[in-house]
Amino acid sequence: MSFAWATPYEPKTDLGRWFDDRLPLPRLVHGAVGGGYPVPRNLNYAWNFGVLSGIFLTIQIVTGIVLAMHYYASVEGAFNSVEHIMRDVNAGWVLRYAHANGASFFFIVVYIHIFRGLFYGSYKAPRELIWMLGLVIYLLMMATAFLGYVLPWGQMSYWGAQVITGFFSAFPLVGEPIRVWLLGGFTPDQAALTRFFSLHYLLPFVIAGVVILHIWSLHIPGSSNPTGVDVKTEKDTLPFHPFYTAKDGWFAGLFLTLYCAVLFFAPNALGHADNYIPANPLATPAHIVPEWYFLPFYAILKAFTVDFILPAKLWGVVAMFASILLLFFLSWLDRSPVRSGHYRPVFKRFFWILVVDVFVLGWAGGSTPTALVVAVSQIATAYYFAHFLIILPLISKFERPLPLPSSITASVLHGEKEESAPYGLAKSAPAAAE
Amino acid sequence: MIRKIGPIVGLGFVLVLLISLFSGLKSYFQEPPGATAEEEYHRHPKELHLASNGPLGHFDRQQLQRGFQVYKEVCAACHGLSLVAFRDLAALGYEEPEIKAIANQWAIEVPSVNPDTGEAATRKAVPSDRIPSPFANDTAARAANNNQLPPDLSLITKAREDGSAYLHSLLTGYSRQPAELLRKFPSVKTPAGLYYNPYFANLNIAMPPPFTSDGQVTYADGTAPTVEQMSTDVSAFLTWTAEPKLENRHRYGLTVLIFLIFATILGYLSYRNIWAEAKRKVRPIGPLDPENMARREDAKDEQGIAG
Repeated sequence: MSFAWATPYEPKTDLGRWFDDRLPLPRLVHGAVGGGYPVPRNLNYAWNFGVLSGIFLTIQIVTGIVLAMHYYASVEGAFNSVEHIMRDVNAGWVLRYAHANGASFFFIVVYIHIFRGLFYGSYKAPRELIWMLGLVIYLLMMATAFLGYVLPWGQMSYWGAQVITGFFSAFPLVGEPIRVWLLGGFTPDQAALTRFFSLHYLLPFVIAGVVILHIWSLHIPGSSNPTGVDVKTEKDTLPFHPFYTAKDGWFAGLFLTLYCAVLFFAPNALGHADNYIPANPLATPAHIVPEWYFLPFYAILKAFTVDFILPAKLWGVVAMFASILLLFFLSWLDRSPVRSGHYRPVFKRFFWILVVDVFVLGWAGGSTPTALVVAVSQIATAYYFAHFLIILPLISKFERPLPLPSSITASVLHGEKEESAPYGLAKSAPAAAE
Repeated sequence: MIRKIGPIVGLGFVLVLLISLFSGLKSYFQEPPGATAEEEYHRHPKELHLASNGPLGHFDRQQLQRGFQVYKEVCAACHGLSLVAFRDLAALGYEEPEIKAIANQWAIEVPSVNPDTGEAATRKAVPSDRIPSPFANDTAARAANNNQLPPDLSLITKAREDGSAYLHSLLTGYSRQPAELLRKFPSVKTPAGLYYNPYFANLNIAMPPPFTSDGQVTYADGTAPTVEQMSTDVSAFLTWTAEPKLENRHRYGLTVLIFLIFATILGYLSYRNIWAEAKRKVRPIGPLDPENMARREDAKDEQGIAG
C-alpha cells in the first residue's frame, strides 16, 4: 500500500488464484499485516503495543459475548447472575476474571501506546488522523469500560453510575434533563441498567470499526519509527511478515503471561472490594472511586474547589472533558517538525515530567481527599493543562533539536543504543532540523 | 488559531486551579482540621495465615468443615449465606448422605407453597437449595437486630479490604473503649447497643461479640475450640464461600503460565532466528567492529570532541 517496493500478493495455488480473482481477501491481509506491508526496520518495543491493543480488544469481545449468554440485566438479578457465572457456569470464573482484568490490561497497553505516540510525535503530519482516530477509540473505550463496570450492579457500579451521569447535571439548564434522559429515570434503575447493557454490547463493535479506520489510515504513510525520520529507501524497511509478526508474537506471549499471572493469582487486585456488595441506593460507600484507569481524570474533576465565575463542579467537569479533547489539537499545539523525542532535549525532559504528573494525578484520584491530596491534585492538574497548552507550543518555538540521522538505515548502523544519543554519530551528513 | 486560543485556555485553567489551591491552603491554615478518633484508633488487620493464601494455596478441608460448623452454630443465627447451596458443601469433603442430612436438619426451613391449599408454607431443605437465610426479608432482619442489617456472608471476604485477615481481626478485636480515647474525644463514647472494635472503620460496630468464650462449639475432630481457633476457622470457611473455585484457579493458573512461558521462549527464539540475518545486513559485526569504531572516532574528530 504505502511504498513502491511493497511486494504484491502472489497466489501460490490454483485455488488461491481462483479466490483472489473473486474476493481479494488474502491480498488485503497480505498488504495489511503480511509480507506486503513494509515497516521501518528500527522499531523498538514501544511499537508492540498497537498489536497488543488489538489482542486485548479481541479477548474482551470473545469473553464478553460468552458472559452475555449467562448475564441477566435486571436490577434484582444482575448481581446474582454474575455470582452464578462465578460459581455454577463451567469455567465461568475464568471468563469473568479474564474480562474484568482484560479491561485493565487493555487500558495498560493503550496507555503505553498513547504515551509512545506522545513521545515519538506520532500525532504529527502526516499522521494527524491516525492520532485522532486513536483518541476516538480511547473515548469509546472509556465509555464501554464505564458501562461495563455498572453491569454487575454492585455498590461501586451503582454509585459510579450516579456520579458519572451526575457530571451532566453540572451544566446549567440542559444538564439535569440530559441526565434524566440518559438514565431513563431520576436515579440509576432498571431502565439505566438495560440500556447500559445494550450499549456495552454495541460499543466494542463500534471500536472494532474505528480500529479498522485507524489501521487503514496508518497504512497510508506507514508506521513511524524511533528516529522520526521518514522511510526513504527499501533498505529502511522490512516486510511486516515475518519480521514484525515474529517480534509482536513473542512479545504478545510475554504480555499474556503477565496478564494470566494477574488473572489467575490476583484477579481482584485491580478491582474494588465494594463492588462485591450488591447495589444499595440507600447506603453511599465511604469513598466512591472509579476503576484505576480513570483515576487521573477523577483527580482533575475534583481539583476545582472554588466557584470562580462558574460553579466549581462545572469547572471540574469541563476540565475533565477538556483534558482529553485537547489531545485532538496536539498536532497544532506542538509545531516542532522533529517527531522523535530523542532529538528534542527540552521536550524530552518535559515529557517525563508529564508522565510523572499523570501518575501523581492517578495517586491523588484514588486517595482520600485530605487537604494535602487536594493541593497536590491541583498542582498536578495545573501542570497537565500547562504542559499541553502552554509549554508544548513554547518548546516547539524555542527548542534547538539535535541533528537527525540522514536515514533510518544510517541510524541503525551505529547500533540501537546509540540511536538515542545522536551526538557525534552524525557523520553521515545530518539532515538538520530547523 | 489553535496556537492562540490554546495558551489562553491553558492559562484560564491554571488560574482557576491556583485560586482553588490558595483558597484551600488558606482555609487549611485558618482552621486546621482536627484529628478524628477514627484516624487515631482505627487499626489495620492482623496477619492471618490460611492454607488458601498465596499463589499455590489450597483449602484445608478439615478447617473448612470446622468453619462451617462455627457458621452453622454461631453466625447463622443472624447472617445468611444465600449464594451457597447445600450441594456446594461437597467441596468441603462431605459425602452425599451427610449433605442431605445437613440440609434436612437445617434450623430454618425453605419458603414453599402448600400443595393442597396454595398458601405460603415452608419445607425441609434439600441439597439443591441455597442455604436459607435466618430472616424472611431485610425488614424482619432489621426488626430483630436493633434496626441494623446483618450482611449476607457469602462474599464477605471479597467485599472487604484485606478479606479474611480483616474478618479474623474484627471477630477477635472487640475490646473496651480505651480510657485515653474517651479523654481525647469525649463525644465519641460508644453508644448503647454498639460495641467498640478498633478494626471496624468507625470503631463502633452493631454486631455483639460473636465469640464470648472458648469452647463455644465442640469440634468433632478434637481441635481445641479457642476463640482464636473458631475465628480462624470461620474466616477460612468464608474465604471458600466467597471464592469456591480458588483451588481450580491456582491449578489452571500454574498450567497456563507454564504453557505461556514455554510458548514465549519458543516465540523469542524464532524471533531471534528470523531477525538474525536482518540485523547482520545492516550491522555486520556490531558497534565493536573496528570499522565502526573508526567511523565513530572520525565523527568525533569532525565535530571537535576530545577523547
